[in-house]
Amino acid sequence: MNSVVCISHVPDTESRIKVSGDGRHIDEAGLKFIVSPYDEFALEEAIRLKEKNGGDVTVVTYGPERAAQALRECLARGATKALHIKGESADADALGIAKVLAAAIRSVPHDIVFFGKQGVGTDNGLVGPMTAELLGYPQVNVVTHLEVADGKLTASREIEGAEEVIEAPLPAVITAQKGLNEPRYASLKGIMAAKKIAIDTKSVADLGLDESNILNQRVVFVSLQLPPEKAGGRKIDASDPAAAAQEIIKFIREEAKAL
Amino acid sequence: MSFPGVDYMDIDSLYSEDELMVRQTVRDFVDEEVLPIIEHANREEKFPNHLIPKMAEMGLFGATIKEYDLPGLNNVAYGLIMQELERGDSGLRSFASVQSGLVMYPIYTYGSKEQRDYWIPKLAAGEKIGCFGLTEPDFGSNPGGMRTYARRDGNSWVLNGAKAWITNGSVADVAVVWAKCEGTIRGFIVEKGTPGFTTAYHMGKFSLRASVTSQLFFEDCRIPAENVLPETNGLKYPLGCLTQARYGIAWGGLGAAMAVYNTALEYSKSRIQFGGMPIASHQLVQNKLAWMVTEITKGQLLATQMGRLKDQGKLKPHHVSMGKMNNVNIALECARMARDILGANGVSDEYPVIRHMMNLESVKTYEGTHDIHNLIIGHAVTGIPAYNPPMSAQAEQEATERAAELAKK
Ligand SMILES: Cc1cc2nc3c(=O)[nH]c(=O)nc-3n(C[C@H](O)[C@H](O)[C@H](O)COP(=O)(O)OP(=O)(O)OC[C@H]3O[C@@H](n4cnc5c(N)ncnc54)[C@H](O)[C@@H]3O)c2cc1C
Repeated sequence: MNSVVCISHVPDTESRIKVSGDGRHIDEAGLKFIVSPYDEFALEEAIRLKEKNGGDVTVVTYGPERAAQALRECLARGATKALHIKGESADADALGIAKVLAAAIRSVPHDIVFFGKQGVGTDNGLVGPMTAELLGYPQVNVVTHLEVADGKLTASREIEGAEEVIEAPLPAVITAQKGLNEPRYASLKGIMAAKKIAIDTKSVADLGLDESNILNQRVVFVSLQLPPEKAGGRKIDASDPAAAAQEIIKFIREEAKAL
Repeated sequence: MSFPGVDYMDIDSLYSEDELMVRQTVRDFVDEEVLPIIEHANREEKFPNHLIPKMAEMGLFGATIKEYDLPGLNNVAYGLIMQELERGDSGLRSFASVQSGLVMYPIYTYGSKEQRDYWIPKLAAGEKIGCFGLTEPDFGSNPGGMRTYARRDGNSWVLNGAKAWITNGSVADVAVVWAKCEGTIRGFIVEKGTPGFTTAYHMGKFSLRASVTSQLFFEDCRIPAENVLPETNGLKYPLGCLTQARYGIAWGGLGAAMAVYNTALEYSKSRIQFGGMPIASHQLVQNKLAWMVTEITKGQLLATQMGRLKDQGKLKPHHVSMGKMNNVNIALECARMARDILGANGVSDEYPVIRHMMNLESVKTYEGTHDIHNLIIGHAVTGIPAYNPPMSAQAEQEATERAAELAKK
């Protein structure tokens, strides 16, 4: 049983984001990057499958130089192989990224492909489903429980007021939701062993794709803006509690329009 | 909240990628598993036992050992682990220090092959917990004066005496106990439940409350002859263990210092007094923050240099004394300053500062007190040992009598 897990390297969820000089990217200086949190569930599930059935877990990322760090972290947690497609993925839209990943996935043996349900930061949730379509594989998204046996999978996903159980033949694409499992910490032994695994590095061209068809295509970032600063709150004089209560209710009704 | 680290002067550039990965892994563990529960554990005077299997699975026990399928980390990576654990709590770091530096280390270094093969995997897996019994009620800074003794009787050793202030004592499955024996000091492996071996908790500590501390009692406690650590022969052997643990404490102190500095820094930027400005805008407060970050940065350089020397086999015990003495001392000073900056909130366990401050009082004392390390450094630079003033006539007589008594037994 061989798995591929697609990993995106994203700014730490607690980062204070700054917009870069060109007004279209985030300023990466001093930012800490992490494995996108939903990808951690995807990776953990693949490692558990490997522990049960053997085989390889190949982690794949499409991204700049620094994204290799994400692959190394995944190797430390138990992935067995890593493939880095180098490129400025920040300038690719979801379909561009999916094209690159689909080509990368075809280049490694696999029975099942995992993604996080969305990449934290851009939060489009498109890359997994698009890649599945490009590969022509069945897909189950936002999965919270998974069984794999006898060449097929059974996956559960939460829907409004119920749980949906879906069967699909392999190979298939799964996008992982929180709750699928509890991801492990890297072990120190894993960190030392990961050093010995070479990351396979390729360019987009090595996959037989033309990068100019990937970058700045259908969806283009025109500009990136921070949300407006919060205005200061308003203080209500509390010396007369009854009057203060009146004023608060008036505010909720008329200004906040919450009642 | 994940901890951003304290790195004023690109200290991280001194560490390799895997050293940083080790630190990040333990940092995440502390942020996610330790910080949410530690104040409660501290209040209740309970060690968080549920963390032991997780720590073992990560490979935190015996992390520098290569054999037995253990990680074989270098000493800087090991130090960074201790730093992060103590950023959580000194009690947690103490647990790991004792297990790795004071129990696995002597068994691995001074033990027989059978002892190593039996104990190292179990201790690494956290299946067995260890403790280290050197201090006695009457002998702390001067362990060479210990009274606990072991007598050979046929195919066994018989232990008599008492140990005090032993971390993990009452919860340990195995104790590495140091005793006088045939004119020297040797180490013995004593298993929990051995007849004649009992323990009692030191309750009511106001420091290291989340760590178990106990007395150990040996009354005609009979252990098999093969339970002696064969290589041990003199005070230098337990002191060799202490050098390991002290090395880790020098890093641990930095972790506690970082925790309190970071808390004080954030607090001072958000606490408003006088004229709508945060207290961080006052020179007196900045002076404290500047002192803290300067001392932490110096401490990082000291610890890192110790680690590099240790990896090259060049680290001397008197170097470790400087690291332990300095880094714990500045950590305690940082904790006191942070406590001050937090005002009344500084005495509440809603913030980690008072807990670290109280913990560090123990850390200043154990593993060689601050002053004893001063004397070790003094000895190293002057060549004159100043630990042992001339004996009073009465003490000399008592020592002679004791020796005679021991000889009779
Ligand atoms: C929470 C905790 C956990 C501990 N865990 C362990 C453990 O796991 N195993 C273990 O074996 N021990 C442990 N200890 C014991 C610890 O190592 C001793 O407390 C320490 O060595 C000091 O000994 P003492 O308390 O007897 O103080 P003393 O030796 O009585 O010292 C008291 C004071 O006198 C000073 N002093 C002593 N001699 C001199 C001198 N020659 N010159 C100048 N000043 C001197 C000291 O610096 C100190 O200020 C622990 C202690 C604590 C508090």
